[in-house]
Amino acid sequence: MPGVVINMRGLFDRIRIFLRILLPSAVLFVAAVANAVAGPYEDALPGLTTDSYSDTAAALDQVSGSGSDLAAPLLQALKDQRLQFSAVEKKVLIKTADGKLLDAATGQPFAGTPPADLSNVRLNNRLRNLLDAALGSLTLMAADPNKRYDAAQSVFKSRDAATMPVLEKALAAEQNARVKAALMQAKAAIVVVTADAPAADKVAAIAVLRDRGDQDAMALLQTIPANAPPDVLAAVTEAKANIERNLALWGTVQNLWYGLSLGSVLLLAAIGLAITFGVMGVINMAHGEMVMLGAYTTFVVQEVIRTRYPGLFDYSLTIALPLAFVVAGAVGIAIERSVIRFLYGRPLETLLATWGISLVLQQAVRAAFGPTNKEVGNPSWMSGAFDLGGILITYNRLWIIVFTGIVFAALLGMLRFTRLGLEMRAVTQNRSMAAAVGIRTARIDALTFGLGSGIAGIAGVALSQIDNVSPNLGQGYIIDSFMVVVFGGVGNLWGTLVGALTLGIANKFLEPFAGAVLGKIAVLVFIILFIQKRPRGMFALKGRAIEA
Amino acid sequence: MTSHPLIRMLDRGSTLFLVLLGAFAIAIPVLNLLVPATSSLHVSTYLVALLGKYICYGLLALSIDLIWGYVGILSLGHGAFFALGGYAMGMYLMRQIGTRGVYADPILPDFMVFLNWKELPFFWYGFQNFGYAMFMVLFVPGLLAFVFGWFAFRSRVTGVYLSIITQALTYALLLGFFRNNFGFGGNNGLTDFKDILGFNIQADTTRNALLVISCLALGLCFLICRAIVTSKFGKVLVAIRDAEARTRFMGYRVESYKLFVFTVSACMAGVAGALYVPQVGIINPSEFAPANSIEAVIWVAVGGRGTLIGPVLGAFVVNYTKTFFTTGLLAPYWLFVLGGLFIGTTLFLPRGIVGAWAHWRAGVKEKSEAKRSAEAEDGMLPTRGSPSTQPGAAE
Amino acid sequence: MTDATYNSETTSALLYLNDISVSFDGFRALNELSFVIEPGEMRAIIGPNGAGKTTMMDVITGKTRPDTGDVFFEQGKYDLSTLDETEIATLGIGRKFQKPTVFEMHTVEDNLQLALKNDRGVKATLFWSSSPEQETRLDEVLETVRLKHLRHRIAGSLSHGQKQWLEIAMLLAQDPKLLLVDEPVAGMTDVETMQTAELLREINRTKSVVVVEHDMAFVRELGVKVTCLHEGSVLAEGSIDQVSANDRVVEVYLGR
Repeated sequence: MPGVVINMRGLFDRIRIFLRILLPSAVLFVAAVANAVAGPYEDALPGLTTDSYSDTAAALDQVSGSGSDLAAPLLQALKDQRLQFSAVEKKVLIKTADGKLLDAATGQPFAGTPPADLSNVRLNNRLRNLLDAALGSLTLMAADPNKRYDAAQSVFKSRDAATMPVLEKALAAEQNARVKAALMQAKAAIVVVTADAPAADKVAAIAVLRDRGDQDAMALLQTIPANAPPDVLAAVTEAKANIERNLALWGTVQNLWYGLSLGSVLLLAAIGLAITFGVMGVINMAHGEMVMLGAYTTFVVQEVIRTRYPGLFDYSLTIALPLAFVVAGAVGIAIERSVIRFLYGRPLETLLATWGISLVLQQAVRAAFGPTNKEVGNPSWMSGAFDLGGILITYNRLWIIVFTGIVFAALLGMLRFTRLGLEMRAVTQNRSMAAAVGIRTARIDALTFGLGSGIAGIAGVALSQIDNVSPNLGQGYIIDSFMVVVFGGVGNLWGTLVGALTLGIANKFLEPFAGAVLGKIAVLVFIILFIQKRPRGMFALKGRAIEA
Repeated sequence: MTSHPLIRMLDRGSTLFLVLLGAFAIAIPVLNLLVPATSSLHVSTYLVALLGKYICYGLLALSIDLIWGYVGILSLGHGAFFALGGYAMGMYLMRQIGTRGVYADPILPDFMVFLNWKELPFFWYGFQNFGYAMFMVLFVPGLLAFVFGWFAFRSRVTGVYLSIITQALTYALLLGFFRNNFGFGGNNGLTDFKDILGFNIQADTTRNALLVISCLALGLCFLICRAIVTSKFGKVLVAIRDAEARTRFMGYRVESYKLFVFTVSACMAGVAGALYVPQVGIINPSEFAPANSIEAVIWVAVGGRGTLIGPVLGAFVVNYTKTFFTTGLLAPYWLFVLGGLFIGTTLFLPRGIVGAWAHWRAGVKEKSEAKRSAEAEDGMLPTRGSPSTQPGAAE
Repeated sequence: MTDATYNSETTSALLYLNDISVSFDGFRALNELSFVIEPGEMRAIIGPNGAGKTTMMDVITGKTRPDTGDVFFEQGKYDLSTLDETEIATLGIGRKFQKPTVFEMHTVEDNLQLALKNDRGVKATLFWSSSPEQETRLDEVLETVRLKHLRHRIAGSLSHGQKQWLEIAMLLAQDPKLLLVDEPVAGMTDVETMQTAELLREINRTKSVVVVEHDMAFVRELGVKVTCLHEGSVLAEGSIDQVSANDRVVEVYLGR
């Protein structure tokens, strides 16, 4: 009873593979073995052993249309360049990810010695396209809804009329609304490009595309020839207008999002400066270097984790945050105690001295870590992206916005509700009075400066996730940070917030018209003119306060 | 304030400076061209070009000092005026290349041919004419300074705010000039110059001539600055520096004064840039880098702001040190030295070399005077409190 | 607080303030302040801290723009609220600050040279040279403030009282029609205070003067009409005896 034997072996294999790889495809494989009979799938295999692109293409077509459960793994293997053949033995073998060989005809592990002339089935671009389409249609029935969704999207892109039957079948069986919509769109895409489809079907398909409303749908609608039936053309015009509106809307949302993201980066870089410059009136040109020190702290933390405790990698930023605050804060306090305190009341000298400090810090970091960019990795929760309506949102940008909000709120709270915050405000408003009521002003100066620098260090941790970590990191932010603080109004944290977001969003809205560089120049020129108009920024303090 | 203007202008220090400058302008070409290369006194052509460069830096420093030392305007964007003057000269030199360029186009500079431009942009018109180019050397930086200053000073942007927006100004220009479609050669700037007024730009004689012209320009600008600061106008400038509101309440239109002197200063920086370009053979957008402008400020600080001689001296000292460090094994330490200069000068030598020396001299003189008057048992003069205010310290 | 006697068009007043209000971030520094100085008059202004004395000076000299109200100079000829500091100074209003501000790096002589009534333009100062009349005038002013022996001293090295006098001398050199003098005797010895009062009376022979001062002995010594400000408006006006007898003034300012 060979069938039984096969079944028995299949059962064992099923358990073994299940335990070993736990891959759904492996389960499919084994299930397939049970009803392995010669059919179009098996007939197609010899076509893969001739090392000819056209034969491969024919075989590919046959395999994908075979309906065999072995087809998908084979195609996947082909795509991953794991499909091997022996011209001599007319055998097709699949090499698994861990190096095992499987017989493509049966899906069983290949027993015996591998043929001597094994080599990969070669692909060219045409084949790759065919392969993608074939794989797309095959995975339409996969168990994982995400896979089905991706497959529907790839059919939408390939618009291969041959997948229509599979598509119909999948559509009928589909329960998931999101996947179902994607399948509908895929079907509509095929209908639209099929020349002989009935006009009514086309109109319905165009409506589906209109509701999809993105650039791809637009591109598809462009392909409809001008000699199509009038009702089709009318539908196309209507759909196009609709999509354009939709795209414009999402374009605005996207710009807002990018602007918000840039604005939060600016805010993060500027917020420490809002303390040292805005509150204390100290022009710290080495502020950018505090940011850089924070970024290098992150780098060092990640290096230690990489070499000693690889499991902690996802926590690297959480560990780096307090360290960066302490490192940059300590350097800040050292700078304040050793240089800046001798220069209070002489802002221009402070500017020059701190510029000198920034040069020294840059060169010191260059000497210690080398002049090249350092690799700082994104933890898993910082990488990746998701779609929100018509825009793509990356996790690192999202987290930076959230993080900036937290830092801002914490700082506001600290200034408002803690003893240190109270003393800081007292000292900055009336130094001699504060001293008279017993506040140690020198200590508060140092702590305030340390706080501003520490926040810059924290900003460095976040910026290490989206920017190159190099000794020049801080230089890129210093002018922008000053612009934000001056624009927003010195001595006003809310002004800094509004300033950063305004400049970020303005920058992103200008970019499409003017390009990135001209947009930036335009923003700079705008600020230069703005400062002339309102020398003390948007939210300036009035009256006696400014005379101090 | 009662003496003849010429006597006011040429005090002992200034005369000494001009004599030394003149001697330098004669000695260097003689030592380069007439003294045989085998002699230990021979000055190499490399050194001639280097010294010529320093002279241009000295002129840039002088222009910064005129506004920082005397009116308290710290410009962190003077490199922009220097670079604009340099570009104007560079455009003239580019047009002189003619068919000797790689693409041998009689009109278009190489980079335009390379970018597939068909005709010369309008703002390049006329630059084949030396006189026009020299006019632009003064006009472009002057115009920018005038427009910028007109806005800034009228709105009373002062102190660090002004410093920061001048920095933003040069930064914006930096970004702009990096772009190819700006029409100034983008990243690479303007280079491969062949000749100037028909003289080969590489020739020893040309290099010496450029050095002498640079010295003349420096001397002339020094005299102009001297004339300005010793006039009543100069006293108003110092008054503005030390008590701006007071000057305003006395009826002086502070913004006109600032605007005038800022524009003059920008023109001088433009001249410095124009002389610099043929001597180094290239002008590119990096001259607009904010770091360059700030570096020029430290020359002034080291030499002594508010002294006119100081900035020139500072430019020589700092740049000689820079050449010394960056051409040898010590290169990695240069930024430490430069950074240290910034910190050290502001903390320990706020008057700079010349200022500190003058202060010390004044102190000695005062002591000996006090001694003399004590000996003469006059006792009429009340004891003099030493003026503790530093220049520009008041904001 | 508007008074029927204040009439902007027909006023004979040198300085005419009507209904001036100024507020900073919600704080009302001046509150419907009205106030008149006649030609040749000397007026003393007293009032507690924050009464709006300095803000009033700022409004007159163009440093601060009033939110509402009129400021007229010379019989209603000039609307000061539309002019800036320089223009107002050129009209003939001189101001001495609370903190003595002289040009510390210049000599006494140069300080006065800068202040002397002259063309203030860029071109004029660039090509300026002194004239005998100027020298005479300078000598006169130095004589008036008794600083002749200090002519070539650097102003920064003067004593506090000398700086105050130098500043008054600079005001005189400016030859203004109206002098605004903010706390001229702060930090002076009693003798210096009396000398200053004498000096101001002398100046008042040819010019109108407004003096802001806390020193009641000094105000009494001046012997002129006194205005007491409180919370941005006039609390009382009259002779020093009338004002010191006013209950409200005693309550908010002089103390019992």
